[in-house]
Amino acid sequence: MSKPHVPVVEGYFTEEGGAKLLGGRCAQCGAFFFPKQYSFCRNPACGAPDLADVELSTRGTLWSFTDNRYAPPPPYPATEPFEPYGVAAVELDVEKMVVLGQVARGVDVSGLHAGQAMELVVEPLYESDEAVHTVWKWRPVA
Amino acid sequence: MSGSEVVILGAGMHPWGKWGRNFVEYGVVAARTALADAGLEWTDVGFLAAGNTMRNGYPGYVSGSTFAQALGWRGVRVSSSFAACASGAVAIDQARAQIQAGRCDVALVVGADTAPKGFFGPLPGVRPEDPDWLRFHILGATNPTYFGLYARRRMEAYGATAKDFSAVKVKNSRHGLTNPNARYRKEFGYDEIEASPVVADPLRLVDICATSDGAASLVLASAEFAATRADRDRHVRIAAISTVTPQYPNTYLDMPDIGTDSAVGVALPGRTFRDSIAAAAYEEAGVGPSDLSLAEVYDLSTALELDWYENIGLCGEGEAEALLHSGATTLGGTVPVNPSGGLACFGEAIPAQAIAQVCELTWQLRGEAGERQVDGARVGLSINQGLFGHGSCVITTK
Repeated sequence: MSKPHVPVVEGYFTEEGGAKLLGGRCAQCGAFFFPKQYSFCRNPACGAPDLADVELSTRGTLWSFTDNRYAPPPPYPATEPFEPYGVAAVELDVEKMVVLGQVARGVDVSGLHAGQAMELVVEPLYESDEAVHTVWKWRPVA
Repeated sequence: MSGSEVVILGAGMHPWGKWGRNFVEYGVVAARTALADAGLEWTDVGFLAAGNTMRNGYPGYVSGSTFAQALGWRGVRVSSSFAACASGAVAIDQARAQIQAGRCDVALVVGADTAPKGFFGPLPGVRPEDPDWLRFHILGATNPTYFGLYARRRMEAYGATAKDFSAVKVKNSRHGLTNPNARYRKEFGYDEIEASPVVADPLRLVDICATSDGAASLVLASAEFAATRADRDRHVRIAAISTVTPQYPNTYLDMPDIGTDSAVGVALPGRTFRDSIAAAAYEEAGVGPSDLSLAEVYDLSTALELDWYENIGLCGEGEAEALLHSGATTLGGTVPVNPSGGLACFGEAIPAQAIAQVCELTWQLRGEAGERQVDGARVGLSINQGLFGHGSCVITTK
Protein backbone atom coordinates (compact mmCIF):
# COMPACT_ATOMS: atom_id res chain seq x y z
CA MET A 1 0.00 0.00 0.00
CA SER A 2 1.40 3.39 -0.91
CA LYS A 3 1.84 5.98 1.78
CA PRO A 4 -0.36 9.08 1.86
CA HIS A 5 1.07 12.39 0.63
CA VAL A 6 1.09 15.00 3.40
CA PRO A 7 2.21 18.64 2.98
CA VAL A 8 5.32 19.36 5.05
CA VAL A 9 3.50 22.42 6.43
CA GLU A 10 -0.25 22.83 6.67
CA GLY A 11 -2.00 25.51 4.62
CA TYR A 12 0.86 26.67 2.38
CA PHE A 13 0.13 24.70 -0.79
CA THR A 14 -2.02 21.97 -2.24
CA GLU A 15 -1.63 19.38 -4.96
CA GLU A 16 -5.33 18.69 -5.35
CA GLY A 17 -6.32 19.74 -8.84
CA GLY A 18 -2.72 20.63 -9.65
CA ALA A 19 0.07 22.22 -7.60
CA LYS A 20 -0.90 25.58 -6.13
CA LEU A 21 0.46 27.89 -3.44
CA LEU A 22 -2.13 29.04 -0.90
CA GLY A 23 -1.89 32.68 0.14
CA GLY A 24 -3.96 35.55 1.39
CA ARG A 25 -5.48 38.49 -0.47
CA CYS A 26 -6.74 41.74 0.97
CA ALA A 27 -10.28 42.54 -0.22
CA GLN A 28 -9.69 46.26 0.30
CA CYS A 29 -6.30 47.01 -1.31
CA GLY A 30 -5.78 43.84 -3.36
CA ALA A 31 -2.39 42.97 -1.87
CA PHE A 32 -1.28 39.33 -1.88
CA PHE A 33 0.59 37.62 0.93
CA PHE A 34 2.57 34.39 0.92
CA PRO A 35 2.79 32.78 3.32
CA LYS A 36 -0.49 34.15 4.62
CA GLN A 37 1.13 34.31 8.09
CA TYR A 38 -1.40 36.72 9.67
CA SER A 39 -5.16 37.25 9.43
CA PHE A 40 -4.83 40.96 8.55
CA CYS A 41 -3.39 43.15 5.77
CA ARG A 42 0.20 44.43 6.21
CA ASN A 43 -0.09 47.31 3.72
CA PRO A 44 0.43 50.35 6.03
CA ALA A 45 -1.99 52.39 3.92
CA CYS A 46 -4.69 49.73 4.36
CA GLY A 47 -4.50 47.49 7.42
CA ALA A 48 -7.80 45.77 6.69
CA PRO A 49 -8.70 43.19 9.36
CA ASP A 50 -9.30 40.23 7.04
CA LEU A 51 -7.53 38.43 4.24
CA ALA A 52 -9.31 36.07 1.88
CA ASP A 53 -7.79 32.64 1.24
CA VAL A 54 -6.63 32.49 -2.38
CA GLU A 55 -4.72 30.19 -4.69
CA LEU A 56 -1.73 31.99 -6.21
CA SER A 57 -0.72 31.82 -9.85
CA THR A 58 1.44 28.84 -10.69
CA ARG A 59 3.80 30.56 -13.12
CA GLY A 60 6.46 33.16 -12.77
CA THR A 61 9.79 34.50 -13.95
CA LEU A 62 13.10 33.27 -12.56
CA TRP A 63 14.79 36.07 -10.56
CA SER A 64 17.81 34.12 -9.36
CA PHE A 65 18.93 30.63 -8.41
CA THR A 66 21.63 28.75 -6.53
CA ASP A 67 22.17 25.31 -5.08
CA ASN A 68 22.95 23.66 -1.76
CA ARG A 69 26.05 21.52 -2.18
CA TYR A 70 26.19 20.54 1.50
CA ALA A 71 23.45 19.22 3.78
CA PRO A 72 21.67 22.07 5.57
CA PRO A 73 21.48 21.73 9.37
CA PRO A 74 18.33 20.48 11.16
CA PRO A 75 15.42 21.02 11.03
CA TYR A 76 16.06 20.32 7.33
CA PRO A 77 15.21 16.64 6.83
CA ALA A 78 18.39 15.81 4.92
CA THR A 79 18.65 12.29 3.56
CA GLU A 80 21.78 10.11 3.59
CA PRO A 81 23.66 10.26 1.35
CA PHE A 82 22.96 13.94 0.78
CA GLU A 83 22.18 14.92 -2.78
CA PRO A 84 22.78 18.57 -3.74
CA TYR A 85 19.67 20.40 -4.97
CA GLY A 86 18.80 23.72 -6.52
CA VAL A 87 16.97 26.67 -4.98
CA ALA A 88 15.10 29.21 -7.13
CA ALA A 89 13.58 32.63 -6.46
CA VAL A 90 10.67 33.19 -8.82
CA GLU A 91 8.62 36.36 -9.33
CA LEU A 92 4.94 35.44 -9.71
CA ASP A 93 3.54 37.11 -12.82
CA VAL A 94 0.16 38.09 -11.35
CA GLU A 95 1.00 38.69 -7.69
CA LYS A 96 4.28 40.57 -8.36
CA MET A 97 6.05 38.92 -5.46
CA VAL A 98 9.10 36.67 -5.29
CA VAL A 99 8.63 33.18 -3.83
CA LEU A 100 11.53 30.92 -2.94
CA GLY A 101 11.39 27.19 -3.59
CA GLN A 102 13.56 24.19 -4.24
CA VAL A 103 14.23 23.36 -7.86
CA ALA A 104 12.41 20.23 -9.00
CA ARG A 105 14.34 16.95 -9.07
CA GLY A 106 16.27 16.24 -12.21
CA VAL A 107 16.65 19.89 -13.24
CA ASP A 108 20.26 20.91 -13.87
CA VAL A 109 20.73 24.28 -12.16
CA SER A 110 23.61 25.18 -14.47
CA GLY A 111 21.10 25.26 -17.35
CA LEU A 112 18.89 27.92 -15.74
CA HIS A 113 18.93 31.63 -16.54
CA ALA A 114 17.22 34.63 -14.97
CA GLY A 115 14.12 35.73 -16.84
CA GLN A 116 13.00 32.26 -17.92
CA ALA A 117 9.47 31.03 -17.25
CA MET A 118 9.04 28.70 -14.28
CA GLU A 119 6.09 26.69 -13.02
CA LEU A 120 5.07 25.23 -9.69
CA VAL A 121 5.13 21.52 -8.90
CA VAL A 122 4.65 19.54 -5.70
CA GLU A 123 7.21 16.82 -4.96
CA PRO A 124 8.31 14.67 -2.03
CA LEU A 125 10.66 16.35 0.45
CA TYR A 126 11.20 13.31 2.66
CA GLU A 127 9.54 10.07 3.67
CA SER A 128 8.65 8.94 7.18
CA ASP A 129 7.17 5.59 8.29
CA GLU A 130 3.69 7.05 7.98
CA ALA A 131 3.75 9.35 4.98
CA VAL A 132 5.46 11.02 2.06
CA HIS A 133 5.96 14.63 3.15
CA THR A 134 5.64 16.99 0.19
CA VAL A 135 6.73 20.54 -0.62
CA TRP A 136 6.33 22.96 -3.52
CA LYS A 137 9.17 23.30 -6.01
CA TRP A 138 9.96 25.23 -9.19
CA ARG A 139 10.78 23.81 -12.59
CA PRO A 140 11.36 25.43 -15.96
CA VAL A 141 8.30 25.61 -18.21
CA ALA A 142 8.88 23.00 -20.90
CA MET B 1 15.05 65.91 14.69
CA SER B 2 18.79 66.27 15.16
CA GLY B 3 20.09 65.76 18.69
CA SER B 4 23.17 67.04 20.46
CA GLU B 5 26.58 65.86 19.36
CA VAL B 6 27.93 62.54 20.63
CA VAL B 7 31.62 61.69 20.51
CA ILE B 8 33.55 58.40 20.45
CA LEU B 9 36.20 58.54 23.20
CA GLY B 10 37.31 54.92 23.17
CA ALA B 11 37.32 51.81 20.99
CA GLY B 12 38.43 48.29 21.84
CA MET B 13 38.11 44.70 20.72
CA HIS B 14 38.82 41.19 21.80
CA PRO B 15 40.46 39.61 18.74
CA TRP B 16 38.24 37.42 16.51
CA GLY B 17 38.85 33.68 16.50
CA LYS B 18 37.29 30.37 17.46
CA TRP B 19 37.96 29.30 21.02
CA GLY B 20 34.53 28.41 22.36
CA ARG B 21 35.00 30.31 25.62
CA ASN B 22 32.16 32.16 27.39
CA PHE B 23 31.19 35.23 25.33
CA VAL B 24 31.20 37.33 28.51
CA GLU B 25 34.97 36.89 28.79
CA TYR B 26 35.47 38.35 25.33
CA GLY B 27 33.08 41.24 25.99
CA VAL B 28 34.78 42.26 29.21
CA VAL B 29 38.19 42.30 27.51
CA ALA B 30 36.78 44.53 24.74
CA ALA B 31 35.03 46.84 27.25
CA ARG B 32 38.14 47.24 29.39
CA THR B 33 40.25 47.88 26.29
CA ALA B 34 37.82 50.57 25.09
CA LEU B 35 37.69 52.20 28.53
CA ALA B 36 41.51 52.22 28.75
CA ASP B 37 41.63 53.69 25.23
CA ALA B 38 39.34 56.48 26.47
CA GLY B 39 41.37 56.96 29.65
CA LEU B 40 38.25 56.22 31.69
CA GLU B 41 37.12 53.66 34.27
CA TRP B 42 33.99 51.51 34.48
CA THR B 43 33.02 53.78 37.42
CA ASP B 44 32.80 56.72 34.97
CA VAL B 45 30.11 54.96 32.90
CA GLY B 46 26.50 56.07 33.32
CA PHE B 47 24.78 53.70 30.90
CA LEU B 48 25.63 50.34 29.33
CA ALA B 49 24.14 49.32 25.99
CA ALA B 50 24.83 45.78 24.79
CA GLY B 51 23.99 43.63 21.78
CA ASN B 52 22.37 40.27 22.43
CA THR B 53 23.53 36.85 21.31
CA MET B 54 20.93 34.16 20.60
CA ARG B 55 23.19 31.14 20.95
CA ASN B 56 24.57 31.42 24.47
CA GLY B 57 21.56 30.90 26.71
CA TYR B 58 19.74 33.41 28.88
CA PRO B 59 22.79 35.61 29.62
CA GLY B 60 22.89 36.35 25.89
CA TYR B 61 19.28 37.65 25.91
CA VAL B 62 20.03 40.05 28.79
CA SER B 63 23.46 41.11 27.58
CA GLY B 64 23.25 44.55 29.21
CA SER B 65 22.92 43.19 32.73
CA THR B 66 25.26 40.29 31.94
CA PHE B 67 28.09 42.73 31.20
CA ALA B 68 27.07 45.08 34.05
CA GLN B 69 27.39 42.15 36.47
CA ALA B 70 30.66 40.98 34.92
CA LEU B 71 32.21 44.44 35.13
CA GLY B 72 30.87 44.75 38.70
CA TRP B 73 27.33 45.75 39.77
CA ARG B 74 27.13 49.46 40.43
CA GLY B 75 23.52 50.29 39.66
CA VAL B 76 24.13 51.38 36.07
CA ARG B 77 21.07 51.29 33.80
CA VAL B 78 21.34 49.00 30.82
CA SER B 79 19.76 48.06 27.50
CA SER B 80 19.99 44.71 25.72
CA SER B 81 19.31 44.96 21.99
CA PHE B 82 18.76 42.32 19.38
CA ALA B 83 18.54 43.17 15.69
CA ALA B 84 20.48 40.20 14.29
CA CYS B 85 23.60 41.45 12.47
CA ALA B 86 22.45 45.02 13.14
CA SER B 87 22.34 44.52 16.94
CA GLY B 88 25.53 46.48 17.49
CA ALA B 89 24.24 49.54 15.66
CA VAL B 90 21.03 49.50 17.69
CA ALA B 91 23.11 49.31 20.88
CA ILE B 92 25.21 52.30 19.73
CA ASP B 93 21.96 54.13 18.97
CA GLN B 94 20.60 53.33 22.45
CA ALA B 95 23.75 54.68 24.07
CA ARG B 96 23.68 57.81 21.94
CA ALA B 97 20.02 58.46 22.75
CA GLN B 98 20.68 58.25 26.50
CA ILE B 99 23.49 60.80 26.14
CA GLN B 100 21.39 63.05 23.91
CA ALA B 101 18.53 62.89 26.41
CA GLY B 102 20.92 64.18 29.06
CA ARG B 103 20.57 61.04 31.17
CA CYS B 104 24.32 60.34 31.26
CA ASP B 105 27.64 61.82 30.13
CA VAL B 106 29.43 58.58 29.31
CA ALA B 107 27.95 55.37 27.88
CA LEU B 108 29.59 52.03 27.19
CA VAL B 109 28.60 49.86 24.21
CA VAL B 110 29.50 46.14 24.17
CA GLY B 111 28.83 43.26 21.80
CA ALA B 112 30.32 39.78 22.07
CA ASP B 113 29.61 36.34 20.70
CA THR B 114 30.66 32.73 20.87
CA ALA B 115 29.60 31.12 17.61
CA PRO B 116 28.89 27.48 16.85
CA LYS B 117 30.75 25.69 14.03
CA GLY B 118 29.31 25.42 10.53
CA PHE B 119 26.00 26.72 9.20
CA PHE B 120 23.90 28.82 11.54
CA GLY B 121 20.64 26.97 12.17
CA PRO B 122 17.42 28.25 13.71
CA LEU B 123 16.73 28.07 17.43
CA PRO B 124 15.56 24.61 18.57
CA GLY B 125 11.94 23.51 18.60
CA VAL B 126 9.17 23.10 16.04
CA ARG B 127 7.76 26.49 15.02
CA PRO B 128 6.07 26.55 11.59
CA GLU B 129 4.95 30.14 12.28
CA ASP B 130 8.59 31.31 12.57
CA PRO B 131 9.96 32.18 9.10
CA ASP B 132 13.50 31.43 10.29
CA TRP B 133 12.53 27.90 11.34
CA LEU B 134 10.42 27.40 8.23
CA ARG B 135 13.11 28.34 5.69
CA PHE B 136 15.43 25.73 7.16
CA HIS B 137 12.80 23.02 7.49
CA ILE B 138 11.10 23.14 4.10
CA LEU B 139 13.82 24.62 1.90
CA GLY B 140 17.10 24.04 3.66
CA ALA B 141 17.68 27.71 2.86
CA THR B 142 20.81 28.53 4.88
CA ASN B 143 22.35 31.99 4.93
CA PRO B 144 24.81 30.96 2.17
CA THR B 145 21.80 29.89 0.06
CA TYR B 146 20.59 33.50 0.09
CA PHE B 147 24.14 34.78 -0.54
CA GLY B 148 24.27 32.44 -3.54
CA LEU B 149 20.99 33.86 -4.89
CA TYR B 150 22.26 37.44 -4.54
CA ALA B 151 25.59 36.58 -6.17
CA ARG B 152 23.94 34.77 -9.08
CA ARG B 153 21.62 37.76 -9.52
CA ARG B 154 24.66 40.02 -10.07
CA MET B 155 25.91 37.61 -12.71
CA GLU B 156 22.55 37.39 -14.47
CA ALA B 157 21.68 41.10 -14.25
CA TYR B 158 25.09 42.74 -14.72
CA GLY B 159 27.35 40.09 -16.20
CA ALA B 160 29.49 39.71 -13.07
CA THR B 161 31.79 36.69 -12.96
CA ALA B 162 33.08 34.40 -10.24
CA LYS B 163 36.47 36.01 -10.85
CA ASP B 164 35.03 39.42 -9.92
CA PHE B 165 33.93 37.94 -6.60
CA SER B 166 37.37 36.41 -6.11
CA ALA B 167 38.90 39.86 -6.61
CA VAL B 168 37.00 41.07 -3.53
CA LYS B 169 38.54 38.23 -1.51
CA VAL B 170 42.02 38.97 -2.83
CA LYS B 171 41.62 42.65 -1.87
CA ASN B 172 40.18 42.08 1.60
CA SER B 173 42.69 39.35 2.47
CA ARG B 174 45.48 41.85 1.73
CA HIS B 175 43.78 44.60 3.75
CA GLY B 176 43.47 42.49 6.87
CA LEU B 177 46.94 40.98 6.70
CA THR B 178 48.36 43.09 9.53
CA ASN B 179 45.17 43.71 11.50
CA PRO B 180 45.90 42.37 15.00
CA ASN B 181 42.20 41.77 15.69
CA ALA B 182 41.51 39.78 12.50
CA ARG B 183 41.03 36.01 12.71
CA TYR B 184 42.38 35.24 9.23
CA ARG B 185 45.63 36.98 8.34
CA LYS B 186 46.52 35.18 5.16
CA GLU B 187 46.80 36.43 1.61
CA PHE B 188 44.57 34.68 -0.94
CA GLY B 189 45.41 34.35 -4.63
CA TYR B 190 43.05 33.45 -7.47
CA ASP B 191 44.31 29.85 -7.80
CA GLU B 192 43.66 29.10 -4.15
CA ILE B 193 40.19 30.64 -4.32
CA GLU B 194 39.31 28.62 -7.42
CA ALA B 195 40.42 25.44 -5.63
CA SER B 196 37.96 26.14 -2.80
CA PRO B 197 34.78 24.01 -2.96
CA VAL B 198 31.49 25.54 -4.14
CA VAL B 199 29.02 25.80 -1.26
CA ALA B 200 26.12 27.63 -2.92
CA ASP B 201 26.65 28.23 -6.61
CA PRO B 202 28.42 30.49 -7.61
CA LEU B 203 29.98 31.04 -4.19
CA ARG B 204 32.90 29.04 -2.88
CA LEU B 205 33.71 28.37 0.74
CA VAL B 206 36.22 31.22 0.82
CA ASP B 207 33.69 33.65 -0.69
CA ILE B 208 31.49 33.21 2.39
CA CYS B 209 32.32 34.61 5.80
CA ALA B 210 32.95 32.24 8.68
CA THR B 211 31.21 32.38 12.06
CA SER B 212 33.56 33.64 14.75
CA ASP B 213 34.02 34.40 18.41
CA GLY B 214 34.88 38.02 19.13
CA ALA B 215 33.93 41.22 20.91
CA ALA B 216 33.96 44.96 20.29
CA SER B 217 33.26 47.94 22.49
CA LEU B 218 32.95 51.71 22.25
CA VAL B 219 32.94 54.48 24.84
CA LEU B 220 30.62 57.35 23.88
CA ALA B 221 30.28 60.71 25.58
CA SER B 222 28.49 64.01 25.28
CA ALA B 223 30.34 66.79 23.49
CA GLU B 224 30.40 68.75 26.77
CA PHE B 225 32.11 65.89 28.60
CA ALA B 226 34.46 65.28 25.67
CA ALA B 227 35.52 68.93 25.73
CA THR B 228 36.92 68.43 29.25
CA ARG B 229 39.28 65.67 28.08
CA ALA B 230 42.95 66.17 27.28
CA ASP B 231 42.99 63.90 24.17
CA ARG B 232 40.50 65.92 22.14
CA ASP B 233 42.47 65.50 18.91
CA ARG B 234 41.68 61.77 19.04
CA HIS B 235 37.92 62.26 19.34
CA VAL B 236 35.65 61.15 16.52
CA ARG B 237 32.11 62.47 16.01
CA ILE B 238 29.10 60.26 15.39
CA ALA B 239 27.45 62.18 12.56
CA ALA B 240 24.62 59.71 11.92
CA ILE B 241 23.14 56.38 12.93
CA SER B 242 20.55 54.80 10.67
CA THR B 243 18.59 51.85 12.01
CA VAL B 244 15.73 52.02 9.50
CA THR B 245 13.40 49.14 8.59
CA PRO B 246 12.05 48.49 5.07
CA GLN B 247 9.24 50.39 3.33
CA TYR B 248 6.18 48.43 2.14
CA PRO B 249 6.18 46.79 -0.30
CA ASN B 250 9.63 45.27 0.13
CA THR B 251 9.88 43.23 -3.05
CA TYR B 252 13.52 42.16 -2.53
CA LEU B 253 13.94 38.67 -1.07
CA ASP B 254 15.59 39.34 2.30
CA MET B 255 16.61 36.70 4.84
CA PRO B 256 14.80 34.78 6.27
CA ASP B 257 11.74 35.27 4.05
CA ILE B 258 10.43 32.71 1.57
CA GLY B 259 8.08 35.25 -0.02
CA THR B 260 8.43 39.01 -0.56
CA ASP B 261 5.71 41.63 -0.29
CA SER B 262 3.45 41.94 -3.33
CA ALA B 263 3.73 45.03 -5.54
CA VAL B 264 0.09 44.76 -6.61
CA GLY B 265 -1.97 47.89 -6.14
CA VAL B 266 0.72 50.04 -4.50
CA ALA B 267 3.57 52.24 -5.65
CA LEU B 268 7.07 50.86 -5.02
CA PRO B 269 9.12 52.85 -2.50
CA GLY B 270 11.54 55.32 -4.04
CA ARG B 271 14.51 53.29 -2.82
CA THR B 272 15.26 49.64 -2.14
CA PHE B 273 15.68 48.75 1.53
CA ARG B 274 19.46 48.52 1.32
CA ASP B 275 19.66 51.86 -0.50
CA SER B 276 17.42 53.44 2.14
CA ILE B 277 19.72 52.37 5.00
CA ALA B 278 22.58 54.53 3.69
CA ALA B 279 20.29 57.32 2.45
CA ALA B 280 18.91 57.91 5.95
CA ALA B 281 22.44 58.16 7.34
CA TYR B 282 23.63 60.52 4.59
CA GLU B 283 20.62 62.74 5.22
CA GLU B 284 21.27 62.93 8.96
CA ALA B 285 25.01 63.54 8.55
CA GLY B 286 24.61 66.08 5.76
CA VAL B 287 27.24 64.31 3.66
CA GLY B 288 27.13 62.21 0.51
CA PRO B 289 29.04 59.32 -1.04
CA SER B 290 31.66 61.63 -2.56
CA ASP B 291 32.60 62.82 0.94
CA LEU B 292 33.60 59.36 2.16
CA SER B 293 37.25 58.64 2.95
CA LEU B 294 36.50 54.96 3.56
CA ALA B 295 33.69 52.49 4.17
CA GLU B 296 33.31 49.31 6.17
CA VAL B 297 30.59 47.24 4.50
CA TYR B 298 29.13 43.88 5.50
CA ASP B 299 30.83 41.37 3.21
CA LEU B 300 28.91 38.28 4.34
CA SER B 301 29.94 37.15 0.89
CA THR B 302 32.41 38.60 -1.59
CA ALA B 303 29.56 39.34 -4.02
CA LEU B 304 27.58 41.15 -1.34
CA GLU B 305 30.42 43.68 -0.94
CA LEU B 306 29.79 44.67 -4.55
CA ASP B 307 26.06 45.17 -3.86
CA TRP B 308 26.96 47.52 -1.01
CA TYR B 309 29.12 49.73 -3.32
CA GLU B 310 25.91 50.51 -5.18
CA ASN B 311 23.71 50.72 -2.08
CA ILE B 312 25.97 53.38 -0.50
CA GLY B 313 26.23 55.30 -3.77
CA LEU B 314 29.89 54.74 -4.61
CA CYS B 315 28.73 53.87 -8.14
CA GLY B 316 25.58 53.21 -10.12
CA GLU B 317 23.70 49.93 -10.37
CA GLY B 318 25.76 47.27 -12.12
CA GLU B 319 28.97 49.33 -11.94
CA ALA B 320 30.51 47.81 -8.80
CA GLU B 321 32.75 45.35 -10.63
CA ALA B 322 34.28 48.17 -12.67
CA LEU B 323 34.77 50.26 -9.52
CA LEU B 324 36.49 47.32 -7.80
CA HIS B 325 38.83 46.69 -10.73
CA SER B 326 39.68 50.42 -10.97
CA GLY B 327 41.39 50.04 -7.59
CA ALA B 328 39.25 52.78 -6.02
CA THR B 329 38.14 50.54 -3.17
CA THR B 330 41.60 49.11 -2.48
CA LEU B 331 43.86 50.71 0.15
CA GLY B 332 45.57 53.58 -1.66
CA GLY B 333 42.48 54.15 -3.82
CA THR B 334 40.00 57.02 -3.60
CA VAL B 335 37.61 55.29 -1.19
CA PRO B 336 39.03 52.12 0.36
CA VAL B 337 36.34 49.63 1.34
CA ASN B 338 36.91 47.27 4.27
CA PRO B 339 40.44 48.43 5.10
CA SER B 340 40.06 46.27 8.24
CA GLY B 341 39.87 43.20 6.02
CA GLY B 342 36.12 42.99 6.58
CA LEU B 343 34.25 39.83 7.40
CA ALA B 344 36.55 38.02 4.98
CA CYS B 345 39.30 38.36 7.59
CA PHE B 346 37.18 38.48 10.75
CA GLY B 347 34.30 36.10 10.23
CA GLU B 348 31.05 37.12 11.81
CA ALA B 349 30.53 37.59 15.57
CA ILE B 350 26.95 38.78 15.23
CA PRO B 351 26.31 41.30 18.06
CA ALA B 352 29.90 42.57 17.93
CA GLN B 353 30.19 43.11 14.21
CA ALA B 354 28.51 46.50 13.71
CA ILE B 355 30.44 47.80 16.74
CA ALA B 356 33.68 46.42 15.30
CA GLN B 357 32.99 48.31 12.07
CA VAL B 358 32.76 51.57 14.04
CA CYS B 359 35.95 50.71 15.97
CA GLU B 360 37.72 50.56 12.59
CA LEU B 361 36.22 53.91 11.52
CA THR B 362 37.43 55.40 14.82
CA TRP B 363 41.01 54.17 14.42
CA GLN B 364 41.08 55.26 10.78
CA LEU B 365 39.81 58.77 11.52
CA ARG B 366 42.31 59.14 14.37
CA GLY B 367 45.14 58.02 12.08
CA GLU B 368 45.91 55.04 14.34
CA ALA B 369 45.24 52.20 11.86
CA GLY B 370 48.91 51.39 11.21
CA GLU B 371 49.74 49.67 7.93
CA ARG B 372 46.11 49.69 6.83
CA GLN B 373 45.72 53.45 7.43
CA VAL B 374 43.68 55.39 4.87
CA ASP B 375 45.60 58.62 4.33
CA GLY B 376 43.86 61.72 5.62
CA ALA B 377 40.65 59.91 6.60
CA ARG B 378 37.97 62.45 7.59
CA VAL B 379 34.61 60.77 6.96
CA GLY B 380 33.85 57.07 7.43
CA LEU B 381 30.73 55.01 6.84
CA SER B 382 29.87 51.56 8.14
CA ILE B 383 26.85 49.62 6.95
CA ASN B 384 25.16 46.29 7.46
CA GLN B 385 21.78 44.62 7.46
CA GLY B 386 20.28 42.27 10.03
CA LEU B 387 17.78 39.64 9.02
CA PHE B 388 14.11 40.36 9.72
CA GLY B 389 14.45 43.89 8.30
CA HIS B 390 17.13 45.65 10.33
CA GLY B 391 19.19 48.43 8.79
CA SER B 392 22.47 49.56 10.30
CA CYS B 393 24.60 52.45 9.11
CA VAL B 394 26.90 54.73 11.07
CA ILE B 395 28.73 57.79 9.73
CA THR B 396 31.64 59.21 11.69
CA THR B 397 33.53 62.43 11.04
CA LYS B 398 36.71 63.99 12.37
